[in-house]
Amino acid sequence: MNVDERRAHAISSWVRRILRACKQQLICTWFEHKAKRRPVGLQLAKDLTGLFYKPFAAFHRTSCLRFGKMQSMLKQRSGVRAAQPARRAVQVRAVAAPVKAATSKSPIVTPETAKDLYYDMVLGREFEEMCAQMYYRGKMFGFVHLYSGQEAVSSGVIRQLRQDDYVVSTYRDHVHALSKGVSAREVMAELFGKKTGCCRGQGGSMHMFSAKAGVLGGYAFIGEGIPVGLGAAFQSKYRRDVLGDEKADSVTCSFFGDGTCNVGQFYESLNMAALYKLPHIFVVENNLWAIGMSHLRATASTAGDQDPHIYKKGPAFGMPGVLVDGMDVLKVHQVAKEAIERARRGEGPTLIEAETYRFRGHSLADPDELRSKEEKAKWLARDPIPQLKKYMIDNGLASEADIKALEDKVAEVVEDCVKFADESPKPERGQLLENVFADPRGFGIAEDGRYRYQMPGFSSGTAVVS
Amino acid sequence: MLASRNMRASGARVAAAPAQRAILAARSGRRASVAAKAQKKEIMMWEALREAIDEEMERDPTVCVMGEDVGHYGGSYKCTLGLYKKYGDMRVLDTPICENGFMGMGVGAAMTGLRPIVEGMNMGFLLLAFNQISNNCGMLHYTSGGQFKTPLVIRGPGGVGRQLGAEHSQRLESYFQSIPGVQLVACSTVRNSKALLKAAIRSDNPIIFFEHVLLYNVKGEAGDKDEVACLERAEVVREGTDVSIFTYSRMRYVVMQAVSELVKQGYNPEVVDLISLKPFDMETIAKSVKKTRKVIIVEECMKTGGIGASLSAVIHESLFNELDHEVVRLSSQDVPTAYAYELEAATIVQSSQVVDAVHKIVGATAPVRA
Repeated sequence: MNVDERRAHAISSWVRRILRACKQQLICTWFEHKAKRRPVGLQLAKDLTGLFYKPFAAFHRTSCLRFGKMQSMLKQRSGVRAAQPARRAVQVRAVAAPVKAATSKSPIVTPETAKDLYYDMVLGREFEEMCAQMYYRGKMFGFVHLYSGQEAVSSGVIRQLRQDDYVVSTYRDHVHALSKGVSAREVMAELFGKKTGCCRGQGGSMHMFSAKAGVLGGYAFIGEGIPVGLGAAFQSKYRRDVLGDEKADSVTCSFFGDGTCNVGQFYESLNMAALYKLPHIFVVENNLWAIGMSHLRATASTAGDQDPHIYKKGPAFGMPGVLVDGMDVLKVHQVAKEAIERARRGEGPTLIEAETYRFRGHSLADPDELRSKEEKAKWLARDPIPQLKKYMIDNGLASEADIKALEDKVAEVVEDCVKFADESPKPERGQLLENVFADPRGFGIAEDGRYRYQMPGFSSGTAVVS
Repeated sequence: MLASRNMRASGARVAAAPAQRAILAARSGRRASVAAKAQKKEIMMWEALREAIDEEMERDPTVCVMGEDVGHYGGSYKCTLGLYKKYGDMRVLDTPICENGFMGMGVGAAMTGLRPIVEGMNMGFLLLAFNQISNNCGMLHYTSGGQFKTPLVIRGPGGVGRQLGAEHSQRLESYFQSIPGVQLVACSTVRNSKALLKAAIRSDNPIIFFEHVLLYNVKGEAGDKDEVACLERAEVVREGTDVSIFTYSRMRYVVMQAVSELVKQGYNPEVVDLISLKPFDMETIAKSVKKTRKVIIVEECMKTGGIGASLSAVIHESLFNELDHEVVRLSSQDVPTAYAYELEAATIVQSSQVVDAVHKIVGATAPVRA
């Protein structure tokens, strides 16, 4: 075939492929959307536009390769490389915050959502500040890691999850638990080590769990929670594909920091999530510091960049990577919404990198001497709470009075939870052995032939169990 | 002779090869062939484990398998041979090589309602999953205040094989035994391997199930689909009066080889297969110690910090007055397992050492029988 014949053949084969794809897409879209009772027309229009745009863009790119100067250059190269097919255009890309701007006709969020986000952020902030006070008064001990400054990420992502969705976090988990729906009373009581805490006082600050609200922990070793989150996502997919539950589309979000992005388990999880197309969202809260280690000192730059970019690691593992301003709750909300919908549709995981900052040290024991005052001041000026307040007032989503009412409510809730935690009883000795095994026969058989859990002293925590 | 490596289960009749069976049947006539068919089928341990997994997966749709090469390859020791064709790629999941990652995934799946069986291709590889096994598998039920359970079975072959080198010859039961919240079980025969694995899959606790590389081809009879063993009970292999020998896994066969020698010399040892390495079945152990008043522990663990070390401490503490002699431990040397045959044999316990230990502890001559 000469060049013209080849060109004609290529064009006609593209046209045929497009028509075939259109037909398939039309049928699929129609059925999918009718089944889920979504408006079909808009989605069809989007799909068809995408359909036409992508092949033509690809055609244009490859046609340049085939018929341009490249062709002769390729011919001159010898052997195997010239014979290889042209690289497929990368369809998954790392993007930086593709958020739509609000217009007066279509605000990004409804007033209800904005108020909910505001309330949640203020609750997170006030709760954490109260934790600091209580720690210095000797009401809680050990390692307490506060979330102040990062509320936009927690509220932006978690407030749109359902109750049957899951959240996995690290030790900086108080606010994730609150956003997901664990009551402030239970969290504060857990921090005080009381038996009314969400984990009966057995977990503490770094191990917040709630079966009711779908909080799978609270992990002290960074990175060890991510595979657990993957397991919950696997369970969701298993329920749909193996157990046949068509309604099973729960999504799992795991939250962790920039330091975790150098842990092996992070990469193992990225690979498995993309490989099995799990409904899992990786949310990196990049606050630039891992205790005293700056992200720039701990992580090598991504190829072609001055600095390391975590979101660019997503496409390397086969999933979209998105960078978002983690101090703007509405931007986080938009990005997370798309990622969650993608996951629910079964299109697989997403890596979101939210640039944020913690206003306090790594933990309450951290003197925080390495971060410069200028850096702190710069980020304090971008506090997400006043940002949202201004946005709501400017766009008529809430009045000053509404906002004041929300803040008063938060103050009430926080005061109440401290009172509740103070007045709650401490765990009794009897709790010592109760939850070690789900099946208490795991403690074995004693000399007299009884299972150890049947012996007196087991329920009072004084039995000898080994 | 190291034919002990492929020792048949003591007492079980060895089935003849198929060709020989046919010839025998033809020779002895119809009656013998009918008798041969009526005899229960003997299978190898890997087949018994496979049957256990198959039956449990059929019984409960939330049971799934995860591990390297468990699916299309059928498992490196054939324990999941062909199961992916029956149950699909998701229920018999071929994972990439990331032990910590897929162990954690198993934990997360277990917390949210599934019952995964996670296979370590070799128990030694699970050192890479120690983070997940210790922190999440073992401790999570406790730190969550009882809100989440982790009904996981972690299984795989461990122990010293045949010149596999140091890293493939590890005994992880000693490393895992301190983890609170897990149960350790070691199978040894075809019958108990199937029954114990079924019990482990049904248990709500995380169970670490130790198989042995050299026992997969051991032949024996397995139980039917309702035979489920107790995970906390030890097994009395041989009743006796002179000395109690506590052992587990492949060392059971080494001990029984020594016992056949000792019986000829007039001794009468009692052999107890621990089965449950954590927790110890103190009822069976105490009963045996009170009867014989002398204890030898034969294990494949290292001397330092092994299962024998724990058991020895427990026996001394709780049964001190029942003992006539201190507990003798026969364990592997605190040495990485060499590749060379002779060095490897010198690292682990041999049956001659067991015989010598019994001679020493009971007396050079057999005890006088009244």
